[in-house]
Amino acid sequence: MAKLSASYGRQTLGDRVFDIGNVIFMTLVLIATLYPFLNVLAVSFNDSADTVRGGITIWPREFTLENYKVIFSYGTLVTAFQISVLRTIVGTILSLTACSMVAYTLSRRDFQGRKFISVFLVLTLYVSGGLIPGFLLMKNLGLMNSFWVYVLPGMVNAFYIFMIRSFMDNLPYALQESAKLDGANDFTIFWRVILPLCKPVLATIALFVAVGQWNAWFDTYLYNGSNSSLTTLQFELMKILQSTTSGADQARGSNIVEQMRSVSPDSVKMAITIVTIVPILLVYPFLQRYFVQGMTLGAVKS
Amino acid sequence: METITQPSKPASAKKIKSRRFWKTAVQQRYLYLMSLPFVIWVFVFSYIPIWGWTMAFQKYRPNKTFFEQEWVGFQYFQELLSDDRFYMVLRNTLAMSFLGLLVGFTVPILFAVLINELKGRFFKRSLQTISYLPHFVSWVVVAGIVYKMLSTESGGVNDLLMWLGLIDEPIQFMAKGSWFWGIVTVSDLWKEMGWNSIIFLAAITGIDPEQFEAAKVDGAGRWRQIWHITLPGIRSVIIVLLILSIGNLISIGFEKQMLLSNPIVIDYAEVLDLYALNYGIGLNRFSFGTAVGIFNSFVSIILLFTANGIFKRYSKESVM
Repeated sequence: MAKLSASYGRQTLGDRVFDIGNVIFMTLVLIATLYPFLNVLAVSFNDSADTVRGGITIWPREFTLENYKVIFSYGTLVTAFQISVLRTIVGTILSLTACSMVAYTLSRRDFQGRKFISVFLVLTLYVSGGLIPGFLLMKNLGLMNSFWVYVLPGMVNAFYIFMIRSFMDNLPYALQESAKLDGANDFTIFWRVILPLCKPVLATIALFVAVGQWNAWFDTYLYNGSNSSLTTLQFELMKILQSTTSGADQARGSNIVEQMRSVSPDSVKMAITIVTIVPILLVYPFLQRYFVQGMTLGAVKS
Repeated sequence: METITQPSKPASAKKIKSRRFWKTAVQQRYLYLMSLPFVIWVFVFSYIPIWGWTMAFQKYRPNKTFFEQEWVGFQYFQELLSDDRFYMVLRNTLAMSFLGLLVGFTVPILFAVLINELKGRFFKRSLQTISYLPHFVSWVVVAGIVYKMLSTESGGVNDLLMWLGLIDEPIQFMAKGSWFWGIVTVSDLWKEMGWNSIIFLAAITGIDPEQFEAAKVDGAGRWRQIWHITLPGIRSVIIVLLILSIGNLISIGFEKQMLLSNPIVIDYAEVLDLYALNYGIGLNRFSFGTAVGIFNSFVSIILLFTANGIFKRYSKESVM
């Protein structure tokens, strides 16, 4: 402690200028990051006729819930919200189950298929067929106009498998051995012994998958764009944004905005944007440390 | 005699080996049950599309089987190379990639270094938490925010510039092709800067604190500490990530370009993937679209090997 204060005492003028400059710079970064979100939030709660007059910054001038009432009274958006929630839940459960099972078999040093399966999976990290072959495959498999196209193609992910595996590799092997002596089969060992110990890494991956599922829009655009009972919230937001930006192509346009004449498109857009962000904001603070942990872990391993 | 006994010996050894293999396989049946279905899964969703590359060399017709297709050799690649639009698209792809690499790689390093220099723990923590946030927001939302901020009607950026007196009337950011590359680069930076700094920050915390103490005793100021200790300390992390980013240069994705573009700026916004999408799926020219995809992968691999080779030669770091 004495040493620390001694080194602070010797702080030069240059150092102090550096510190002050740094804090100012970082404050600007904070403002640049937060202002857009706060601005969107303020507009979404502001009376839409008043918004048109301009000048809304981070606080609504005439507070109203009308914008939200309008978007939630529109059936397509409610369905889209439900589909988004559903794909996030189903996608995360399927992906976690599949990836952790494969990861366990790869963590077993005595497993015969270990080498072959590892190589087989690694290759998928480096080569991919690309957009059009993938599209034709989904078409041939009959996954067009179906909910399953959201969750099935990405279910088994090599990157996640290797992350879980490297976590399992660090667990003591003695645990498995004693379970084996008790007569447990490999699946029971995985389910009862290994999986409960993997909570940190599973939480990380669950979050990666869930955020990816929630934020996805391109698969909807490609496979289910014309099927209004299967579109997702991100896709509907994208349609609305595109339809009102300067001369966006009309094929992608939507008529939602037309049907919501009572409020201005800007207010509707901002309200939907908030509805899309809020679920992420809700889970974010609790799970931040997992994200960071997982990110650093993945980077070190690869 | 010998000629008969000789081959029979390895054969019986083989038999024993194969019997032992099947015996273990039965013992490990649960492990097989837990992995093989998913191996088939990967085969279907990741390997079959690679087989689809053959389409680029065929005149692909959707209602015919593989053997009934007409082989055309490199015709689609020739068509690609003689299309003027292709060169424009390639220019856009490379321009946005290089800008992205230049800005999107260096700024997070700087950001990590500066975060590390912050004294207040609370401020540091909050700054990190908030700066990672935009990473988790979808590109759809970010595009919406960018449109809002750059709007001519009470958009944040125009308002600020007007207030500062730098401009007299709002700039139409989204309607000028010359702005587009910059807008994409800055939006990407806004979204990913904090997130991309995580790895560098983790590497910096791994540096031995005694080095900083020693430098302080020798009278080194903050800039000199950064230059002589922090940056050299994370050098290998920087180089490995740089090589990997160069390998990904051309596959920059198309989400941001697709969401931020509009017909006015399309000549600056169209990238290779969008070009493949528009021709391949938009116009049902599947073979041509696949050829674009193959070209894309090919250039990626060349870039990766070149970058790796250069770094291997001039420093000891490499990823392969």
